[in-house]
Amino acid sequence: MSHARDAQPAAGSLRGARLPRWFPWAAAAGSVAAGLAVSAAAGLHSDIQWALIAAALFVLGSYAVSAKVEGPRQARDRTATSLVWVAFLLAVVPLASLAWETVEQGVKVLDGYFLSHSMGVVADSEPGGGIYHAILGTLEQVGLATLMSVPVGVLTAVYLVEYGRGRLARAVTFFVDVMTGIPSIVAGLFILSLWILILGMGYSGFAGSMALSILMIPVVVRSTEEMLKLVPNELREASLALGVPKWRTVLKVVLPTSIGGITTGVMLAVARITGETAPVLLLVWGTNFINANPFQDPQASLPMYIYLQYTNGSDAAYDRAWAAALTLIAFIMILNLLARGIARWKAPETGR
Amino acid sequence: MAKRIDVSGLNAYYNSFLAIEDISMTIEPRSVTAFIGPSGCGKSTFLRTLNRMHEVTPGGRVEGKVMLDSEDLYGSGVDPVAVRREVGMVFQRPNPFPTMSVYDNVAAGLRLNGKYKKSDLDDIVEKSLRGANLWNEVKDRLHKPGAGLSGGQQQRLCIARAIAVEPNVLLMDEPCSALDPISTLAVEDLIGELKERFTIVIVTHNMQQAARVSDRTAFFNLAAVGKPGRLVEIDDTERIFSNPSVQATEDYISGRFG
Amino acid sequence: MDMTTQQTAPPPLPRPAPRAQRPAARGATRPGDRIFLGLSRGSGVLVLVIMAAIAAFLTYRAVLAISKDEANFLTAFEWNPSGVPPRFGIAVLAFGTVVSSVIAMIIAVPVAVGIALFITHYAPRRLAGPIAYVIDLLAAVPSIIYGLWGALVLVPSLDGLYGWLDQYLGWTGILEWNQGAPRSLFTVGILLAIMILPIITSVSREVFGQVPRMHQEAALALGATRWEVIRMAVLPFGRSGVISASMLGLGRALGETMAVAMVLSPSFDIEASLLDPGGGTFAQNIAGKFNEATEMGRDALIASGLVLFVITLLVNGAARLIIARRKEYSGAGA
Repeated sequence: MSHARDAQPAAGSLRGARLPRWFPWAAAAGSVAAGLAVSAAAGLHSDIQWALIAAALFVLGSYAVSAKVEGPRQARDRTATSLVWVAFLLAVVPLASLAWETVEQGVKVLDGYFLSHSMGVVADSEPGGGIYHAILGTLEQVGLATLMSVPVGVLTAVYLVEYGRGRLARAVTFFVDVMTGIPSIVAGLFILSLWILILGMGYSGFAGSMALSILMIPVVVRSTEEMLKLVPNELREASLALGVPKWRTVLKVVLPTSIGGITTGVMLAVARITGETAPVLLLVWGTNFINANPFQDPQASLPMYIYLQYTNGSDAAYDRAWAAALTLIAFIMILNLLARGIARWKAPETGR
Repeated sequence: MAKRIDVSGLNAYYNSFLAIEDISMTIEPRSVTAFIGPSGCGKSTFLRTLNRMHEVTPGGRVEGKVMLDSEDLYGSGVDPVAVRREVGMVFQRPNPFPTMSVYDNVAAGLRLNGKYKKSDLDDIVEKSLRGANLWNEVKDRLHKPGAGLSGGQQQRLCIARAIAVEPNVLLMDEPCSALDPISTLAVEDLIGELKERFTIVIVTHNMQQAARVSDRTAFFNLAAVGKPGRLVEIDDTERIFSNPSVQATEDYISGRFG
Repeated sequence: MDMTTQQTAPPPLPRPAPRAQRPAARGATRPGDRIFLGLSRGSGVLVLVIMAAIAAFLTYRAVLAISKDEANFLTAFEWNPSGVPPRFGIAVLAFGTVVSSVIAMIIAVPVAVGIALFITHYAPRRLAGPIAYVIDLLAAVPSIIYGLWGALVLVPSLDGLYGWLDQYLGWTGILEWNQGAPRSLFTVGILLAIMILPIITSVSREVFGQVPRMHQEAALALGATRWEVIRMAVLPFGRSGVISASMLGLGRALGETMAVAMVLSPSFDIEASLLDPGGGTFAQNIAGKFNEATEMGRDALIASGLVLFVITLLVNGAARLIIARRKEYSGAGA
């Protein structure tokens, strides 16, 4: 059986030469030190550079050492491991920086005054002012969008799961998928061309919420569909066997059983559209003043406020942009955590 | 080729749960050793400690010694990858790689271990498929997906894959439990042929099968659910099935429990 | 099943549970049933109507604009729809959109596959769950915040890297850097990569998590190292899932508006070097030009939006198709 033996390092021995367990850590520490040293010596002052040097040294160094000591197969295995770790760290750095900067910069001007005042009498380049008008606008636009999307979305899901067969249902399923992928700016352009350019209506919060609901409907349909499919068929049959009409079965048995999951889906959808900027920019236009009426005249909105402050470009405006970003992200994260909490809490019941 | 396995004082854990306790036995080369016992008695777990597959399970941990001739599989510095290269395994459900052809499945283990000339590889693949009594059935479809074969053919393909790398020991974890009677017969015949070249250990739920294929039989049992499994006795198959030395063994094989 | 289909048949993985038979939908004779069915079917139809309306109204305004366009809409390097005569074309936008998305994919896909493997096969078990959770949360961060971070944190820290690229790879021409602020298509690509990482990661992670244990054990029992197990059993199984995840990510990158608008310093020509500021994308151009656009200008922007719409439809359609095909034979939803 010599043919299979040729490639074996030490025939019959199970004991390959192995690098010690601490080797990867030592290699990582060494690479970081070397990366720092090189960049200090070469006068590089960007964090990105020494990190890239260190990562490259780590991957190549462990490969070289391992290939020499352990053989090519182990070396490849180690390289894969190092690459996977490096990929993970590479991704963590920007994402951690994003979270860190938002919090660090955001807390500078974020206080009760900031949350309860508008930009009405503040020049954009001066400090002061707040986001009250933007929060109000966002809540109204998102609220209206939710009011429009949830009934349509849930009923569509009910249709697909409870009634849907044949070509109409297949078409609806397909186009809901397609709708999920519509870029938000395209949704904005559609309402712009229909509502503002063709029907001649003005910019308003409501125009924005129509575009937002186009983005929200498919998300609600998808998540509701998933939840309805989890409702055991026995429940439906038990109710129908009692002579309860189908529509009452759906309303009184199916929907209540899956209400937890549907709520989660709706909250995630709300979280998603709350941060949408592009359609709001096209349709709501923006204002520095408080406008509580979403059906008339331009309104403000939180994401658009961030954009407008950013484009203003003064330090005071940047501070306000960060503070608004922190508010927005906190709102979205709380919604997400709540939604996932509900999903987990409801999990045993729905069998997920 | 075939090597002797000598186990002493072996415990295996799932996290803190002791699954099998204090097992010692010798497995002779060029013979078939069958493990029998009621469900949950740890015979599959024990089998998986013999090629260090147990530690792949989350929380899996092993104490004790498993000597393969003169080397301890759990000695310090031993590479589990090298162990598995020497101790092949066939699983309960046939598991050919779904994305690979029949040929590539058999060659998979060889390709890991270095470069082969095309003609050498062809030879080994053919020899292994012949060794698994599968060559005549698949020689015209070597480059079709292995997953397209019948269940019994798939299992023999997996055996061909395992013996292609010429291991010293072949472990089989209930290799026939997912097969129909005719395929089972084919695999059992094959086991009889393979023992000329390999040390074979087979876990089975089927007492007749143990009696048919094995030279020695080990009976495992557990005191109660939640208690660790133990080795009750190991002896020549004939003895175990005619005149076992422990009462529990007789009760089990005569169908009084299990 | 006859022999030929059996041979080419995909792996015998667990089939999707047959969809439970719903009680018959027919026989809705009660008024309550009829109204309810009407309402829910109506909602389904509304979805179709909305999609049709989007296509119709965008096309209508786009045709209005393109018919007055004196330049070639597909190839012209200018954007002056309010001029007399109006001249505008999408060549620069198409180039910028494709290039920035391709850069994003080149960076994001390998890294995302790496993170997904990290979570499913490398990370300590205790860490894997929380990491996956945090990555899912990051997918919810709105693009405006990525844009703000990109413009105020990422852009200032790229000088060093660009200097390097220029020094060592400047000879290629496409990575030459003339010391301008790094508000270029390349920066956009990096930012888009960071933005689509979470979505590609979480879909890939799900797919890798579904690789049957028995195939991985088969590889292990042959004496495969961890990497060889991944190469033999995990990656082939997960390939179509990763492809469709990448397409979903690509769909997002193509349509991303705010982050691009905040980071890019646009111009209406194509720079030879990707590191120099300039260029534009469909979505960025719409957001950037919208405020001062006349009616003709808006129609021209709508025309460019229609092109973006069609491109994303094709990309997403392809992704869905791959997912659907995969579902059919593996029973594994992605």
